Amino acid sequence: MKRGTFKHGIHPHEDGKAFSKDAAIQCIYPQGEAVYPMAQHIGAPAQPVVAVGDTVLVGQMIAQPGGFVSTAICSGVSGTVKAIEQRNTVSGRPMLSVVIDNDGQYTPLPTLGQPREAEGLTNQEILDIIRDAGVVGQGGAGFPTHVKLTMKPGVAPDTIIVNGAECEPYLTSDYRLMLEQPQMIIDGLKVVLQLFPEAQGVIGIEDNKPEAIRLIGDMVKDEPRIRIQRLKTKYPQGGERMLIKAITGREIYSGCLPIDAGCVVMNVSTICAIYAAVCQQTPLIATVMTITGDAVAKVANLRVPIGVSFREVLDMTGGLKCEAEKIISGGPLMGVAMTDLDVPVIKTSASILAMVRDEVAMWEPTACIRCGRCVVACPEKLVPPMMAHAADGGDLKEYERLNGMECMECGCCTYVCPAKRRLTQSFKFARASVMAERRKNAAKKEG
Amino acid sequence: MMNASTSPHIRSSLSTATVMRDVAIALMPALLFGVFVFGLRALVVILLCAVTCVLTEWLYQRLMKLPVTVADGSALVTGLILAMNLPASVPVYLPILGSVFAIIVVKQVFGGIGQNVMNPALGARCFLLLSYGKAMGTFQPVGNVFGAGAFDAFIDRMTTWNVLPADGASAATPLTGMLGEDKTSVDLLQAFLGNHSGCIGEVSAVAILLGFVYMMWRSVISWRIPTLYVGSTVVFVFLVNLLLGNGVTGWHELASHVLTGGLLAGAVFMATDYVTSPITPVGQVVYALLIGLLTALFRVFGAAEGVSFAIIIANCVVPLIEKVTMPHAFGTPRKKGGKAK
Repeated sequence: MKRGTFKHGIHPHEDGKAFSKDAAIQCIYPQGEAVYPMAQHIGAPAQPVVAVGDTVLVGQMIAQPGGFVSTAICSGVSGTVKAIEQRNTVSGRPMLSVVIDNDGQYTPLPTLGQPREAEGLTNQEILDIIRDAGVVGQGGAGFPTHVKLTMKPGVAPDTIIVNGAECEPYLTSDYRLMLEQPQMIIDGLKVVLQLFPEAQGVIGIEDNKPEAIRLIGDMVKDEPRIRIQRLKTKYPQGGERMLIKAITGREIYSGCLPIDAGCVVMNVSTICAIYAAVCQQTPLIATVMTITGDAVAKVANLRVPIGVSFREVLDMTGGLKCEAEKIISGGPLMGVAMTDLDVPVIKTSASILAMVRDEVAMWEPTACIRCGRCVVACPEKLVPPMMAHAADGGDLKEYERLNGMECMECGCCTYVCPAKRRLTQSFKFARASVMAERRKNAAKKEG
Repeated sequence: MMNASTSPHIRSSLSTATVMRDVAIALMPALLFGVFVFGLRALVVILLCAVTCVLTEWLYQRLMKLPVTVADGSALVTGLILAMNLPASVPVYLPILGSVFAIIVVKQVFGGIGQNVMNPALGARCFLLLSYGKAMGTFQPVGNVFGAGAFDAFIDRMTTWNVLPADGASAATPLTGMLGEDKTSVDLLQAFLGNHSGCIGEVSAVAILLGFVYMMWRSVISWRIPTLYVGSTVVFVFLVNLLLGNGVTGWHELASHVLTGGLLAGAVFMATDYVTSPITPVGQVVYALLIGLLTALFRVFGAAEGVSFAIIIANCVVPLIEKVTMPHAFGTPRKKGGKAK
């Protein structure tokens, strides 16, 4: 089979997946309080539908969508609502959150886990189920899945891509899902294919996961509408636009949606969540996380109820074996450095990565030597030194002219830079400034 | 206390210093061969250039209260490349003067590493060529390099200071010979191995190619600039001769163009200088073709070497080249208002 790929990108020297790739997913049931920030997805924050003092069961909706581009939030624990207040989150920003005093019993809703046939459901019913189950894209920023699956009239995708690339070093949760729940992934994909009768399903997996390719490949070989696509191992293959390019050869830019290339892209964990929501009446109440890094006592892949604190999850696997200079939620290339472990696990949490040495702190940025490594690393085919010059000089117009808004902050340029320049940091700041400016202008126009 | 910083949280092990170290290693075969052919004087010139460049950068940065960056190795590389481009017989003040000029005038006053417009070593070489034409154009004759008793001859060279004939006459370099009357005067095998006169680091094609292979293997440079530069020089020499009515240039003459003079050394070590070459991939192609054209013109119309001038002239138009060769951002519409493909 020809291996799909895209141009540029990097091969990080530390793959780190060997640590945890053989650790089977274990369920854990933390006993501490659970905190549910109302904005753990892209779009409008959810609105609480419970009050202080209410009793809550596992799987019960505690917040409803706050608009169309929004989604529900369901409890991962059972207990009593203790407070609805501002709480700190992974990003460091406090956010309105529902706080539940976890009774530790994990008493489920009676319907939880009850089978349901997808065949009899209409498209709208399926979308409503997905919305009320709070399903979001778990591979990236948490875009509400029902919005992704809602098409304008007359528009339909021809390719449903399941993202099994897991290109970030260290992370193995998607890999374990593919090994342990292949049938769930295939059945979840069938639910989505039911929505789009014209579409084909493609499961894209990087060839550093041969066991997953073999296993799922065998299972889909008689499926008329599903095939598997081997991908050349390269970061950032899991980026939505890179993956569309690798699988279909079509290119879209940041102003497009995947549907402009006839595609819908979903992570394997999201596909599993769709299956659970539709066919098992189980909302998105848990996420699979990889606990890894050279500072953790024991590596693990865990199924963690959302809402519980990072600290409790880490402690339940044995905590740290030595001091960690840096603890990251997510992968080493796009994850968030945590300043506080007492923040809740959210739907998009994929890992706790504890590193003994912080490579960022080992190097001071020096002058650009114009070696051009960033130019051949950038999957968006941008010219990072020119963008950085514009960004650092505050020239946002020039930054936009250089297509700086196409940057997806993948970090390739910064990874390869021999001068150790903090390019991605400059771009994050410039992009945020441009977007703030755009919002301001839009508001001015309206009012 | 945990560190907080924006992503990415990992870095490649590469640094400016490791890149410069690799370039310095790649220069070693050519420079050591230069010492073998030209003896003690070559060694002294190399050491003078290296030490003066590093010292000058250190001193300048200390006096100007700038962060001292000599540890990144770029000044050392400048010194080695300058030495590569000097005849071994130059008076000892020339390497020192050239090094100071390279570091201060060509590099530091423009803002130091990454900011210079021209390659510092080549800028300095051209300055010396224009100011000390006689010394820069005088080459010592080559003695017994590969013959019987070559080792004793080498020991002799390492103990002799006065290498020029008493009348100060220059030995002919193969390039000057070839650009004159006898187009097929070059013994290609000897030129390939390096048994002829010239600047310290440019005589042996083998040694230079060793450095090229090493840098390719270490991913320090890409194939684009060196191969396209050399290739286009050959093509342009052929075309220019054809247009001038000189007829079809023979393969022997074309091969002589590649193997003599500074073309290979320039293509591998100087045209590939990061700071002074384009960062856009298409720009690198344009840049290589431009130097190839200039080199061909200088060689056909001029009386001698044109590599250094060709490169520093192209250095100066790099910003322009980059401007017109910006890569097309992934997936963006080809035309304004056009549809993504």
